[in-house]
Amino acid sequence: MTNRVLGIAAVVALTAGASVAEEVRVYNWSDYIDEALLEKFEAETGIELVYDVFDSNEVLETKMLAGGSGYDVVVPSGTFLQRQISAGAFQKLDTSKLSNMDNMWDTINDRLKKYDPEGAYAINYMWGTTGLGVNINKVKEVLGDDAPVDSLALVLDPANMEKLQDCGVHFLDSPAELIPAALAYIGEDPDSQDPDVIAKTEAVLSAVSPYVQKFHSSEYINALANGDICVAVGWSGDVLQARDRAAEADNGVEIEYYAPKEGALMWFDNMAIPVDAPNPDAAHKFLNFIMDAQNMAAASNYVYYANGNKASQEFLVEDVIGDVAIYPDAATLENLYTTSPYSPKVQRGVTRMWTKIKSGT
Amino acid sequence: MRRTTLILIPYLWLLVLFFAPFLIVLKISLSDAALSIPPYTPQLKDGISALIRELDFENFVFLTEDDLYWKAYLSSLRIAFFSTVLTLLVGYPIAYGMAKAPDEWRATLMMLVILPFWTSFLIRVYAWMGILSNEGLLNQMLMWLGITSEPLVILNTTTAVYIGIVYTYLPFMILPIYAALDRLDASLDEAAQDLGCTRTQAFWLVTIPLSKNGIVAGSFLVFIPALGEFVIPSLLGGSGTLMIGKVLWEEFFNNRDWPVASAVAVILLLILILPIVLFQRNQQKQQEAEQ
Repeated sequence: MTNRVLGIAAVVALTAGASVAEEVRVYNWSDYIDEALLEKFEAETGIELVYDVFDSNEVLETKMLAGGSGYDVVVPSGTFLQRQISAGAFQKLDTSKLSNMDNMWDTINDRLKKYDPEGAYAINYMWGTTGLGVNINKVKEVLGDDAPVDSLALVLDPANMEKLQDCGVHFLDSPAELIPAALAYIGEDPDSQDPDVIAKTEAVLSAVSPYVQKFHSSEYINALANGDICVAVGWSGDVLQARDRAAEADNGVEIEYYAPKEGALMWFDNMAIPVDAPNPDAAHKFLNFIMDAQNMAAASNYVYYANGNKASQEFLVEDVIGDVAIYPDAATLENLYTTSPYSPKVQRGVTRMWTKIKSGT
Repeated sequence: MRRTTLILIPYLWLLVLFFAPFLIVLKISLSDAALSIPPYTPQLKDGISALIRELDFENFVFLTEDDLYWKAYLSSLRIAFFSTVLTLLVGYPIAYGMAKAPDEWRATLMMLVILPFWTSFLIRVYAWMGILSNEGLLNQMLMWLGITSEPLVILNTTTAVYIGIVYTYLPFMILPIYAALDRLDASLDEAAQDLGCTRTQAFWLVTIPLSKNGIVAGSFLVFIPALGEFVIPSLLGGSGTLMIGKVLWEEFFNNRDWPVASAVAVILLLILILPIVLFQRNQQKQQEAEQ
């Protein structure tokens, strides 16, 4: 009996001891970092890093709004960041602990102000565009050599989609990305908040949804790379990762990314610290580590997304900094738009419409 | 005294693990959505009187105004029902075979039925994605055998959901039926045949009715979880597969509307109570019959 009590006491003491060692829990998007960086952070700081991933802003937001997520660093996109700031989900960053703050890129900081007006709550991690991932050979086989691969017509014109359905098309399962795209396609303001204007996209998207094999926000990377599908409406860097995986596998699959000429959504993923983060100190250290020019460059070189870190640009490989799909030239940049969060009432209408578009009900 | 304590324990569990969580969900279903942590008002900290004043049935009224919800409930009921029938059709012969197998095989056969539980459920569903995809094992085999020239599109359709549910819940059907058949006295079957039944007639007139309890138990064990299933339709199903589990997810995650999500959950529970009560009755009758 006494032995057992001692045993329990020892276990309790051990777990208590373990929680004293500094720890940081990071919740980031899937396929979004070079894992070597995580080891480097642990080696440099001696802080234990717990790294979890998600694949939709909605999942992250629900955790934030439920409170007590246990995470120290999370990575919401622009509109979600804005809403979560107003819900009081994040704490203000202590800039005295962020010596690498000067590395950040003012152009991106300015664009971020739309979501975080004082720049007090978040730093940009990566940014990119939403566009078309295309299996060039298969699409040309189906639609001919003049297939409109750089236009939303590829996926929003039912005539094209009917022909493409057998070789497979995936859409992001995100009304916040597809509705602006449909608005851009029919020549409306992609950032429209007017329910009547938004409602116009239902006809556009419903006309093509029967030909969409799946609405999903992460499976398309592998599906594109394996040649299971021939078009995906997806995020720039994810498509480029698919391109590289296919090249590595040497399976004859050739993937290209196109930001549609009708305009493409520009989005920002940003690191923020939840208001109830258990280890805010370690969280600041992690942010500062990520803002280091070489570390940030290593992350971008690995995931093929542009970052909001000016100083990192000299360490980027040519494949990244020189690729207009990642760092767009001035003309493309002009053609990118950003969006604002929907009000709860508009949001309900949007979700309902999205369900209707996907399931026909 | 001892007896009362013994009876109290299960009721205490019921109170802590079922009734208290249900009351919390019910309370949220009567609240309003808000942009805060947690995302609804009023909360307990606003005081009891505010709590009582502000709760209303608006969310339940909302559910009746949009046909999405009852369509999703109906579609879930349909999928759960047909999955149960299919599981029974597949499971009964397996259980029958196990019960008729020589004694020395039975332990091994039983092991084979239980073995899949040793792997994570999620991994098994992912394995099905690998089997059913266009470039997957099944299609490659069919094309190699020359049965089809084009890959069959199975993954991301309702067919894949049926396959997933039948596969996942099959052991829950086999085990109770096997237990019922195992207890069956083989001489009854012989007696039926001696009295002029053919083997088929004996099976339908004697074996099936006597294994009814196993069939009923197995069917409920499959139907109840299949009705609220979320993982299988979201991984194997396509966008056309409407199930209440997915609607619940959308209310919760996409609309951030916890109150409406809770209302959907409360109604789902009410739908489930009927089969659960029936199941309970059946179990009770069976116990009484045995005594």
